Parts: sequence; C-alpha cells; structure tokens
Amino acid sequence: MNREAYEAVIGLEVHTHLLTRSKLFCGCSTTFGAGPNENVCPVCMGMPGVLPVLNRRVVELAIRTGLAAHCAIAPYSIFDRKSYFYPDLPKGYQISQYETPICKGGYIDLLAAENGEPRRIGLTRIHIEEDAGKNIHGENASLVDFNRSGVPLIEIVSEPDLRSAEDAGAYLRQLRAILRYVDASDGKMEEGSFRCDCNVSIRKRGAKEYGVRTEIKNLNSFRFVEDAIEYEVGRQIAIVESGGKVAQETHLWDPARKETRPMRSKEYANDYRYFPEPDLPPLIVPAEMVEMVRASMPELPADRKARYVRELGLTEYEAGVLIADRDVADYFEATLPGLKNRKSAANWVMTEVLRVARDSGKSFVEAVPPAAEVGALLRMVEEQKISLNAAKTAFAAMVKSGKGAQATIAELGLAQVSDESAIAAACDKILAAEPGKVAEYRAGRDKLFGFFVGAVMKAMGGKANPKVINDILRAKLSG
Amino acid sequence: MYGPDMERAECYHLRATAMAQTKITLEQVRHVARLARLEWSSEQEERLRADMDEMLAYVDKLNELDTKDVAPTTQVGEAGMPMRDDEVTNRAAADAMLANAPSRERGYFKVPKIIE
Amino acid sequence: MASELNKLTIAEASSKLRAREITATQLTRDCLDRIAAAEPRLHAFITVCENEAFEQARAADARLAAGNAPAMCGIPLGIKDIYSTKGIRTTCASRILGTFVPPFDATVIERLRADGAIFVGKTNMDEFAMGSSTENSAFGPTMNPHDTARVAGGSSGGSAAAVAAHECLGALGTDTGGSIREPASFCGVVGIKPTYSRVSRYGVVAYASSLDQVGPFARSVRDAAIIIRAIAGKDVRDSTCSARPVPDYERALTGDVKGLRIGVPREYFVEGMQPEVEKSIRSALKNYESLGASTVEISLPHTGYAIAAYYLVATAEASANLARYDGIRFGLRVNAEDNIALYETTRAKGFGAEVKRRIMLGTFALSAGYYDAYYLKAQKVRTLIRNDFERAFEKCDLIVTPVAPTTAFKIGEKMNDPLTMYLSDIFTISVNLAGLPGMSIPCGHDSNNLPIGMQLIAPPFAEETILRAGDAFERTGAFKPRTAAV
Repeated sequence: MNREAYEAVIGLEVHTHLLTRSKLFCGCSTTFGAGPNENVCPVCMGMPGVLPVLNRRVVELAIRTGLAAHCAIAPYSIFDRKSYFYPDLPKGYQISQYETPICKGGYIDLLAAENGEPRRIGLTRIHIEEDAGKNIHGENASLVDFNRSGVPLIEIVSEPDLRSAEDAGAYLRQLRAILRYVDASDGKMEEGSFRCDCNVSIRKRGAKEYGVRTEIKNLNSFRFVEDAIEYEVGRQIAIVESGGKVAQETHLWDPARKETRPMRSKEYANDYRYFPEPDLPPLIVPAEMVEMVRASMPELPADRKARYVRELGLTEYEAGVLIADRDVADYFEATLPGLKNRKSAANWVMTEVLRVARDSGKSFVEAVPPAAEVGALLRMVEEQKISLNAAKTAFAAMVKSGKGAQATIAELGLAQVSDESAIAAACDKILAAEPGKVAEYRAGRDKLFGFFVGAVMKAMGGKANPKVINDILRAKLSG
Repeated sequence: MYGPDMERAECYHLRATAMAQTKITLEQVRHVARLARLEWSSEQEERLRADMDEMLAYVDKLNELDTKDVAPTTQVGEAGMPMRDDEVTNRAAADAMLANAPSRERGYFKVPKIIE
Repeated sequence: MASELNKLTIAEASSKLRAREITATQLTRDCLDRIAAAEPRLHAFITVCENEAFEQARAADARLAAGNAPAMCGIPLGIKDIYSTKGIRTTCASRILGTFVPPFDATVIERLRADGAIFVGKTNMDEFAMGSSTENSAFGPTMNPHDTARVAGGSSGGSAAAVAAHECLGALGTDTGGSIREPASFCGVVGIKPTYSRVSRYGVVAYASSLDQVGPFARSVRDAAIIIRAIAGKDVRDSTCSARPVPDYERALTGDVKGLRIGVPREYFVEGMQPEVEKSIRSALKNYESLGASTVEISLPHTGYAIAAYYLVATAEASANLARYDGIRFGLRVNAEDNIALYETTRAKGFGAEVKRRIMLGTFALSAGYYDAYYLKAQKVRTLIRNDFERAFEKCDLIVTPVAPTTAFKIGEKMNDPLTMYLSDIFTISVNLAGLPGMSIPCGHDSNNLPIGMQLIAPPFAEETILRAGDAFERTGAFKPRTAAV
C-alpha cells in the first residue's frame, strides 16, 4: 500500500457543552453527576404543551466563541427543529440552528511547533443546539436519563482543512484552549461535554476533487479522534488500492478493537425535516450586543502571547507554550508580582511546574503548589536568599507537603548565608590551612581558585552565597 | 338538502383531477410512514394513499400563485426573542417527572434495548 | 333545579357573588347538577371534576367573604381537555394520552386558579384539536345542544356545547383554524380567538404552534371580555407571547359604533353558501348601519388559497409537535421488541385516523425534496393572505363575515370525506394564518332553529374593536339567542 500517494481530507464537527448554570431552554440545573432524572422538568422532558425560553448566557458564550474564532456574528438567526426519533430525544426533535447559525466563517490558527509552520484552519459555522438525554445499555433493556436533555451545546464545524490525525489533534487542542479562555466550556471529556464527529475522505495527492467521505460519530477523546482518523484513512486507502469504492456511511469507533464499524441503527435514511421553530422568535443580535460581549471578553490566547513577547520579553516559543493552556498562563502571571526576572519565572513554569503537572496525572490546578508560593520561592532566588538548587529542592518538597515556600526553606535549612564576616572567617581558615596552594595560586595557577571556593562552600555546609565567596576570596588572594 | 354544494362540487372535480395524475405513490407513503413512525396495515395503506393524493391535488392550487419574490411567513407574533437569565429555578422532582412513565426502573425510563 | 344559577352570565354571577347574594358553592352545585342531567345527551365533558370544583368553590367563598376578589373568583368554567391541569387527567381526546396526569398547570390555568375560578371539568374536543366537529374524539362525539343529531362543531365542541347548555358559565377553547369560532357559531354562543401572542400558549398541548391561540367561550360579549382580561398578557414561559399591556376590555363596551368602518369581503359571500347564513349576516350589517357604522365592500383576493396553505403549515408543525408521543416518558405504550416497533405500534394504536392522516401529510410536506414545493410554498402564500388583510384594514376598522358556510351539520355526515370537512373552515382559517383576532357571535337561526354565527375580524391587538362592535350588536336586541333544546 502506497500511503504516501494519498492525502486525507478531514473536517471536524465538535459539540461542546457551554458553561452555564441552567439549561438552554429551561431553569433546570446543568450540574453533572445528579441522580437519574433529577435535573428535569416538563420542558426538558418534552411534556405536552411546554415551550422553550432561551438562556441569554448561551447566546453570550456562543458570541464569545465566535469572536475568539474570528467568525461573523449573525445579526439575525433563527432556531430550527431537527426531527428524528430516539429514546433519549424527548420531543422527537432537537432545537438547533440550520440555515442561519449564530456564527459564520472564521478560523483557528494552530500554534506552530518550535520550528514548524503556523496553520490556519477555516471554520464553516458555529451554532447553538440542545443536547439529548443519555441511554444506559443493559443486557435486555436500555435505561434513559434526561438530566442531560436540554443542556446547551455549541457545534463548531470546521472546513475540510485538516490533513492528518496529528492536524486534527492540534486543532482540537487549540479549539479547547480557546473555549476555556472565553469561559465557554470546561472541555471535560470524561463528562461527555466535548464530543466530536469526523468526516474523513482520501484523495490522490494533488487531486482537486474530494473523495467519498465517511462520518465517524461521537468520539469523546482526542486520542480516539486521532486513532479513529488514522484507522479510517488506512482503511479507505486499502479499499481504493484494491480497486474498491469507499461507501458513504456513518461509522462508530470501537476503542477496544481499535477499528471503526458502520452504525447498525441507521436503517432508515436520514431525513431530518428541518423547519423554523415556531415557538421561538428570530434571535436578533444587535451590534451593541456584540460589542458588549466583546468588551467583556477575557484576553484571548493570541493576544496574551503577543503581550508576553512584547511586555515580558519572552520568545515566541516560550510565550506559545505558556498560553497553550489558560490555567498555565494564569499560573505564570500569578508568580510574577515582585519579580524582576520574568524570563526565569517563565522557565520555571515551563520546566519544573509543567513537569510536576504532567507526572501527577491530575489536572494542572490540582497538581501544582499555589502560584504565589512559587513566586515567593523565585523572589528568594532573585534576592540571593537561596540558591537555584535549593529552590528546586524546596519546590519538590512543597509539591509533596503542600507547605509554603518560607516554611519549607526554614524546615530544610536551605537559606543561603550572605553574611560577609562569617564567609570571610571561613575563607581565612581555609587559606591559613593551605599555604602551599595559596602560594601556587599566587604564582599563576588560576585553576586553584575553584578549589578554594569549593572548600569554603564545604566548610559553610553548602549554604553560603557563592558570589560573596568569590568576591571575598578574590580580594584576599590578590592581597 | 342544503349544504356546501360548491365545496362538494369542487371536491368531485378534484377527485377527477387526482385520478388523472398521481401525486404520491404507495412507495412514498411507506417512506413517509417510516419517517413518522406510524404503522399501517396494507389495507389502510391504499386508502391513505388516496386521501393524501386528494389533499396533495387540492393544495396544488397554490401553484397558481407566483411567489417567486414573496418572503415566507413562519410566525405572526411580534419580533424579538425574549431571553431568560441563566438561573436554576427548578428543583429536583424526579418522582413527579417519572409518575407517567409506562415503564421505569431505579429512577430511569425503561425501553427496549437500544442498538447503535 | 330550583335556583338555576348556572344560567347567569359571568357578569351577573360575579356581582351577585361579591354582594354575597349567592355563593360559589351554590353556583358550582347548580352547574354540576346541570352537567349530571345533560351529559348523557351531550357528552360535552371528558372528565368532570366534582370534588376539585367544590374544593375550589369553598376557597373562592372564603376569598369572596374577605372582599376584594377578582372578577373571575367563584365562576365555574369548562376547560378544553387540551390545557395541562396539574393533577387532573389531560387527554387531548386521544388514546395516547388516555391516562396522562400532568405535573404542571398551563399558564392560563394558573392565572384562573390564582383568580379563584372554578374548573367543573375538562371538555371534549377533536383529538389534538384536529377537526371541525368534535367527532374525532377517542371518547366519542359531543352532540349539539340545539339538535343532538348534529355536531357541536370543533375542535372545541365540548366547550361550546357546555356553555350553550348552561353546564358552566364560560369555557376555554383553542383556535388553530376556527376551532373556537366554528363551534361557537354552531352552538349559538360567543367565542373569541384573540390576536396570536395575546394569550400564553404555555401548557396548551400544541397542534400547530404558529397558529394555535387560546380563547374563551361565553354567553355574552361582556363575559368573553372578562375572561380574556383574566388570561391575557406576557408570560415568561412563552417566548412568542406579547409583552403589550392588557387593556380593561370591559371599558371598550360602550355600545357606540358610530363612524366604525365595517369591511365586507366579497370573497366570503359566495354561491353555494346556505342562504339563511348570508341573510342573517346581511341583516346584522343593516343593524350596524342603523347604529351609525358604515359598510364598505373589500376584497381579500387570496381567500381561496387559505385552506390549502393552512393544511400544509398546520400539518407540518403538527408532525413535529406530535413526535413526542412515543410511549417512552408518558402516555400509552404498546410493547414491542425494539424501539422502532414500539414507536410504530404505539403511535398506530394511540392516534386516531385524522391525526395520523395529518401527521403523514405534514411529514411529507417537510420531507427531503418536497419542502420547497409544499411547506415553503404554503408559508409564502401565507404572506399573501396576511398582506390581503393589511391592505383591507386601510379601508376599514373591522371585517364582518359569516363564521361557516352552513349551520351545524349532521353527525357522521362528513366523517368519511376529510377534504369536505376541511372546507367547513373556509371563512375562519385566514384569520389564523394572519394572526388576527376574530370573534363569533350569534346573529340568527336557520329554519331548523340552528344558530348562525357572525365573524368579526380586527387588526392585530384590536380586540377592543371586535368586543365593542359585538357588544353593540347584542345591545340592539335585534337577535335574541335561543336557549338550547337540551
């Protein structure tokens, strides 16, 4: 199989829950983890006679996301009914947006790797819709829980601009970063608040036309998206190479077997019979509303990156690593007060802090010591109260104990001695004990300077300020 | 006998038209029935097809009107969407919501096994 | 039946209740006695709520004794079985909701409860409001109180018949294509469909959401005005409900129609109409002229397309609105091996023939490849119909027409002929498509003593105009409605 002769064409449809207290069209809680059918009311249960009332926050968050992704915000959009029968869909239709999404166009720039090229992935649209309930499959029956029914979603549809599983992964990570920056979503996969459908086709490299695409539905982790695309691209190439034709189908990813398989339930051709939702008037978004939302927007990743380069003197790469996750960037900024050397803080966060987070398996915020304490530690280094090595030792201890910087330094006796008289006394003692070496040094063996520094440091139990030792020794030896 | 003679006459006329030109086939009726999740016996299907055919022939009169430049009216209420604040106003009431369930188990609605 | 308080109008009863001349409990007892006596011949009710009604009556009496009770306090009403009533079975006259007990009240029910009104029962109707005769009820038809061999009209036939037969003082119906006005006309009572969005639809089982509107039945225009005032106004649970303030409609009932310009559409007086209907309307128009109003012939050129547009729009919306009846969360379930079979058999058994026919038509009108030709085309024609009225109201303040081409027809007469049945709504449907307020008031009888209704149509939110004109007509005494035979 000649994989290199083919190019994958991939578009993603990402569904993400929005961070609201209440549902899209009713006042039920969106809290995850309630008992079955506790967060439900007649509206989200589709009881006879109920009507939807739109949650303003959803509109604001959709606009925020749209602005962050450079979309055009539609001054006029309508909601539509999408009809299909499924046990978890209470009304027999989903309220969605079809012909007039709230956001159109736009793009997401993928952050370039250290030496890579930046990429721009086009967006087709972002629209608002309601989630369905959840089915739990048993041996002989299924059980339905409507707590999730009516939870607000936005669907973000990309153009078919992605060319590989890695592309898709990078796009998803960047999209998730943006959603978290604008407080639109927490991006928690494990709670099903971020789901992805992939449209995958292949074509001969250089070809203009698209091939027949398959849709892989309901992938709920970045890993699954990447694995499923990788598998599907291989499958399609194998079909075409053996003279076959790819069928236009909907597939499911089986993470255990690591393969896709066609969905069985689609025995009737889909015909969603969209039509304008008569229970909701058109959604008018005046320019002033867009401006109000814009004014309330948190700083976006790209802006923050530019600020780090411009104002903090970080490199593009450093800034890029720090802003990739809003929690990390916020953490970095919280270490800064009182620090002169921003670059050392950046390095510290990028290396020490991120390592701890990565190794812990916990979320970033849960894994790392408070930013203010790390800031305090770095200030002590800057003020030469402790050495850089002592700081690393202290940091490791803080991660384990949860104690503050001051307390840890004191407990471990890591404070650095800068008292000149004490250091001078130690120097005198060493010089007195090694008259031969002193004579050699003075005769021109410069290398011996290191020996004296080491000996003094050893005598001071490693806690002396090396710069002070240097200065005093140099003065004494030259005298 | 008094009555809406005009309409009756119109109906008979329509029936003649309908017979001349089929608006919907049995196959289409079956497809629509599947979309609508309605089961029909084979005897009912033909009668249904005829009824739908008659209605579709009747509504064909709309094609007498040129609506090329006419915008559709999907709503007749006042413009503008009222919106609610993002507040939780409903208390958990699972029992009341489940009370009408034809089949339930441990707080869930129970259905035949779903095949994906 | 000694006291027969059930024959009072709402205005009369309300003032007697406040004056403590009668009690809500007595009034309720008289209504329930009348229901017990008349129901075997009428079948206006699906569910009679005797215990609940007496409980409400006792509460109303306590409130009336304390003073300052609202106008509707202590007034017994019939409620179309399409309104969600907390703790009271709400069937929509369908097998599929045969045992459904909603856990919430419709907004208008909540408002009437808050005012202290009394619900004597849930009235019969065409299943899911789909019909013009109340014959499409899973519980059997309602008989016309003026002639029990004839239909009461529909879909709110139970409410119309109950008010006409003095089983209650007023009632609520809904009107999607004439479902208040046509039965009001057939039963000889006042029925109003307010402007679309004037009254909340929350908790009213949806048939066609862009056409459905809530409205009252009563035995006088004043009574209807009192009910509308109690139920109209902004509702945070209905996004389509208007925020306009609700006027005191009773203040519009001045009896003065001098200078009122009444439009008479030539398309509504066509050959084939029952001659007595036209005669009655023409005579009512003469009455208006004698009161100082003027009449002007107008044209509503797209009238002939209204039924076709209506049956596509209404059925399309209905096909989605009725998808929730799937046997999963409430209502009838016919068990089956898999979910698709469960849906198909539940819905096949749960819905009646007319409902299924309309779901089929609506599903087809929205399906891939047919949307533009049917659904979209109909919505465009709807614009033309709306424009007709806009232009007409440049020349007049009010439009007067017959409600239906005929008086009440015989039970069974049109049951096997859906299209002919649809055509009986020919004069009422345009009003729904345009979202206008319309009223039916009795204006005559035919040679069989069957009531004839006159329709008054006004621009959006001009309910006061139709109420004023209707009340002025009543005051002339030119026509005294006959008491129902039953």
